[in-house]
Amino acid sequence: MTWDWQFAIEIFPDIASAIWLVIGVTFGAYLVSLSFGLILTFLRRSSFKPLAFLTYWFIEFVRSTPPLVQLFFVYFALPAIGITLNKYLAGILTLGIHYATYVSEVYRSGIDAVPKGQWEASRAMNFTKIHTWFRVILPQAIPPVIPMLGNYLLVLFKETPILMAIGVGEFLQEAQLIGAANFRYLEPITIVGLLFLLLSYPSAILINKLEKRSKLGYSANKKQKGMSVVGTDGEAVKQSAGG
Amino acid sequence: MEKQLNNQQVADQEQALVKYENVKKQFGETEVLTGLDLAIQPGEKVALIGPSGSGKTTIIRMLMTLEKPTSGVIKIDGEPLWHKKVGGKLVPADEKHLRRLRTDIGMVFQHFNLFPHMTILRNVTEAPIHVLGLSKEEATERAVDMLNKVGLGDKLDAYPEQLSGGQKQRVAIARAVVMRPKVMLFDEVTSALDPELVGEVLQVIKDLAEETDMAMILVTHEMDFARDVADRVVFLHNGQIEEQGNPSEILENPKSERLQAFLSRFLA
Amino acid sequence: MDTYKEIIPLILPGLTITLKVLVASVALAISVAFVAGLARLSRFALVRKITAVYVELFRGTSLLVQLFWIFFALPAFGIQFSPFLASVVALGLNYGAYGSEVVRSAILAIPNGQTEASIALNMTRWQRMRLVILPQALRIMLPGFGNNAIELLKGTSLVSLITLTDLTYKGLIIQNNNLSYTFPVFVVLLLFYFIIALPLIFGVRKLEKNASRGVAKA
Repeated sequence: MTWDWQFAIEIFPDIASAIWLVIGVTFGAYLVSLSFGLILTFLRRSSFKPLAFLTYWFIEFVRSTPPLVQLFFVYFALPAIGITLNKYLAGILTLGIHYATYVSEVYRSGIDAVPKGQWEASRAMNFTKIHTWFRVILPQAIPPVIPMLGNYLLVLFKETPILMAIGVGEFLQEAQLIGAANFRYLEPITIVGLLFLLLSYPSAILINKLEKRSKLGYSANKKQKGMSVVGTDGEAVKQSAGG
Repeated sequence: MEKQLNNQQVADQEQALVKYENVKKQFGETEVLTGLDLAIQPGEKVALIGPSGSGKTTIIRMLMTLEKPTSGVIKIDGEPLWHKKVGGKLVPADEKHLRRLRTDIGMVFQHFNLFPHMTILRNVTEAPIHVLGLSKEEATERAVDMLNKVGLGDKLDAYPEQLSGGQKQRVAIARAVVMRPKVMLFDEVTSALDPELVGEVLQVIKDLAEETDMAMILVTHEMDFARDVADRVVFLHNGQIEEQGNPSEILENPKSERLQAFLSRFLA
Repeated sequence: MDTYKEIIPLILPGLTITLKVLVASVALAISVAFVAGLARLSRFALVRKITAVYVELFRGTSLLVQLFWIFFALPAFGIQFSPFLASVVALGLNYGAYGSEVVRSAILAIPNGQTEASIALNMTRWQRMRLVILPQALRIMLPGFGNNAIELLKGTSLVSLITLTDLTYKGLIIQNNNLSYTFPVFVVLLLFYFIIALPLIFGVRKLEKNASRGVAKA
């Protein structure tokens, strides 16, 4: 038996203690993704063509290049042009911006799925652009894509170990240090793998359940809550007060 | 409820090509067939009519091995389809047994189910080559002959998406007939067609009925067609045969109330 | 500008390694994807369950952790991979797991009617897969595989962390030797990766347009 239980139990607390850092970084980056992603979505829809074009290629560029290299760029290269960030901020911003590009695509698909009639009815009722977006379009666009957004939280979480490359002391970094110090890598790295599995697998199942529920419940909700500006018979109806 | 069996049929039941013996089918909580007894003779053309939910599609799907009976026996040429005899006992049939018996059955679907990634010609030759083991030349000969018969000899290299619904269905018929089954099943084959395309398909089936000695079971809503083609019309209700007999008898002089009510929907 | 001219020839050997790893891993990933994807649709519950465990294991844990485990932890069982082999195995198994979902969902997307027509024509299960289902499913799979390949390309940069001398590793060495090169080096790295990805990006977009031609609609 090559597996050493005693060693495993001994080192477990050291590795697991990194959990708060991991959670902090993950959620920090996720918040950046959610907000910056929305900004990117709007920029891409800009009627100012050069801006839309630039945004499109920015998204493609960031999405198709390795987050590890982007991380090095942000942490090592940016200081050369005067932008110096501590490693935690560098990690959160890099991952946040990287996944913002994916999130913006998710928002985009949600927005595209809203029927054209909603836009037309809003125009007919003379709503301002802001009102249309925040009271008509986004409330219909976002709920169906929440499972997808949740999925990217998990993806982001699984990407956090790359931060060890700039010395952020998360799970894998701890495991490496312990492994190097004791010349035994099997237990530390396996523990990291199991920790990831323990945290991500139940979340994945939850998101799956959410997805099934959202597919069933959405059209029912639409009719009940009267969220559509355009009623089912094509005539503009008043938004019913509450659900 | 009285089952009206044709006297002739009682005598013929032993030589029947296809026989359903007390067949029941349950889908979850719903019992669609509640004990069906039906016999089809070689070469006989039978039309199955009835309201939706009466089980008519289920009957032919079970014969085509697309659904399994919950209980009861279906026999082809005296041999059980869904069971095989092992040491004198009936055990559930395996895929090998099903494949052997399936050779004698063919089906045309409501939604055609042509293979979209193959040309029309290939759609019709694929099974003869891979399932019947014919050479490419033999299969092509048969296919071209059949496609000419259904009026699509000029479309051999076209793809299904380029054809109209009526044309697609005619190809589907050719594809099934070319396998030379003993029984051909038609599952509401004109229900998904635009009205002006229905006639061309029905004509093909009529020609088939006259020119071949295949038995046919046609699930249909086209009453005139049933009268023209069928030797016997079977009216189903709630998974049981309510009334059956000669087309002109059944369709012009319906005896049961339910059949009268059903037919009244089709008369102007 | 001159710094860039100096850097590029220094980085190029790394490009060779990156491409080698990419090609080998993609080959492994596609093979694994088909085997696992089809296995998940098997009639035999045991086959389905075992494959599901593999897929969930590799999708539920981090690629870097898997890479490290294969390179650092496996030796405890007597299996010592070279950095190259460890990289290919990790990348292949990880992206093969994601690929298997692409295969599985593409096959499931083919309407039932196609299966029923094949049964009516008395094809064997294997004939049905080979002649009817897979040719149609392949068209649906391609965009998914394309996206997978782009992700795999990004994943190759991780091999630098187990000392495989790929693009990223070369870049780190160069900037280590000469700190003034730091900014240009990472810009060059990003551009290189982007240039390799471009054909894949355009390919995927084209594939997505073609994806539903010649495939039965429900």
